[in-house]
Amino acid sequence: MNALLSVRDLRLSYDSTQVVHGVDFEVPQGPYGVGLIGESGSGKTTIARALLLLHPIHRGSVAFEGADVSRLRGSDLKAYRRAVQLVFQDGDGSLDPRMSVGANVGEPLVVHRSVPRAVRRDRVAELLAEVGLPEDMIDRYPHQLSGGQRQRVVIARALALEPKLLILDEPTSALDVTVQERVLKLFERLRIERGLAFVLISHNLAVVDRLCESSVVLYRGSVVERGPTASLLSRPRHPYTRALRAAVPEIGVVRPPLTRIGSGTPPDQADNACPYAARCPLAVDRCRTETPALREVDGREVACHRAEDTIEIEPFTTHHDDRKHG
Amino acid sequence: MISIRDLRIAYDGRVVAHVPELDLSAGTIMGIAGESGSGKSQTALAVMGLSGYAGAHVSGSITLDGQELTTKSRREWQTIRGRRIAMIMQSPRAALNPTVTLGTLFRRSLRLHGVSRADSKARMRTALDEVVLSPDILDRYPHQVSGGQAQRFAIALVSALRADVVIADEPTSALDVTVQAEVIEVLRDLRDRHGTAMLFISHDLAVISELADSVTIMRHGEVVESGPTALVMQTPRQVYTRELLAAVPTIRRGDPQ
Repeated sequence: MNALLSVRDLRLSYDSTQVVHGVDFEVPQGPYGVGLIGESGSGKTTIARALLLLHPIHRGSVAFEGADVSRLRGSDLKAYRRAVQLVFQDGDGSLDPRMSVGANVGEPLVVHRSVPRAVRRDRVAELLAEVGLPEDMIDRYPHQLSGGQRQRVVIARALALEPKLLILDEPTSALDVTVQERVLKLFERLRIERGLAFVLISHNLAVVDRLCESSVVLYRGSVVERGPTASLLSRPRHPYTRALRAAVPEIGVVRPPLTRIGSGTPPDQADNACPYAARCPLAVDRCRTETPALREVDGREVACHRAEDTIEIEPFTTHHDDRKHG
Repeated sequence: MISIRDLRIAYDGRVVAHVPELDLSAGTIMGIAGESGSGKSQTALAVMGLSGYAGAHVSGSITLDGQELTTKSRREWQTIRGRRIAMIMQSPRAALNPTVTLGTLFRRSLRLHGVSRADSKARMRTALDEVVLSPDILDRYPHQVSGGQAQRFAIALVSALRADVVIADEPTSALDVTVQAEVIEVLRDLRDRHGTAMLFISHDLAVISELADSVTIMRHGEVVESGPTALVMQTPRQVYTRELLAAVPTIRRGDPQ
């Protein structure tokens, strides 16, 4: 068992509605990044909440360093909560506006009593320096900072307890591009300096490409493709991964029109159908009657009956105009 | 169609946006790119005649087909806003009245802008068809539709009103990437089908490069660079434009294996 985090057959529900249908992935010891890629409703944020024990695990397991996290109690549970920290999109909403930057960053140190009071301020200053903030920030308040600075404060706080794994939920989506670039560089540096592992939740494929060696593509709570990020993005095999990849606008790349790569809520379909069948341009009868299992194709795992056929098609020219009027 | 000359927008005497010259012709899309505080949304508000409501002072000139807009009264604006110049917002659901169905909303908007009842039905159908929405959507309330559907509905409304100029402020930024791609298509369609002139405001240069015929880059309230999109993106002349382009995250093309 050398994985840091191991997620097995994870099933998650809201009330009686299951939204995550048996998701598996592993996060090796850092420095290493795993991307959870998906759009609204893919279940990626619910998975993150379950990893942080903020959402009940309905079925399946999450193991950290070999131990089932839902069975952790007492000091083991506290150790897990220290080892796994969260950074989310909105630096604004995750800081207490009534507390100074220093108090926000130092709060975990107080709660977990991990540093003696006498040296707490020094420790906070070190953390701020590590994320590239000047020491005099320590007495300022969140509203006095820019969005990028606030996100650095959130990162400093996440680092306070020496975590092994950071869960990053869209950590740069609210930032301007030049600020985003600097925050991405910070993550790249921290990853190496601290040997951190990341689970990065994002719909931004370019950001995932920067920070994650491997990725998991989720569609409506199921894994549709999983493998090395570079192969997934350069040669996507699942039609949904291809649609995602083709939908990313790029400077200087002229694409054919891709109207109708599918959006909104697809119609309800049989439980035993492929979850993507209703949107899929390649769907055949079998896709509507038999849920495809993950299987190895071309150096990654794909849940698609037609994964072999997708190689014939260039990802940037497949979305021919099949819009229906009326 | 729209001409801006020496436009200055100021709050309490402090200029937050200065646009020396900007010309937008029919059937073209101009992207205005910039980061927070660049003045891009302030420029959009001024073209919509809404700066006064936000407490800003506007000087210089904005003309629509030669007609000066900055001196129009509130009453005069009522016949321009919506009918000739319309806006598409970032959060489409927040921009729709939550207490009425989309159908009611659509009919009221058309009636307000003087479209007859008989005419409005036909226009509604065509406009929904253009944005690939089924007419069933008219029976739903804003909270019952997805973000992408709401944005396409907003575009249908603008199309049905036959607005000559559309100001779109970050219309795809809140959307999932596949939905964003669809909305980009629908906006491009609107331009090609009706010759709509569009100011497309975005922080996302990649989206602008896909959609806009020309681009204006703003920073700290000033225009840094402007020109045909391909030219500006391929041979940026200003340092800041190069920085902005370099910061756009890209996906590796090759497979390192």
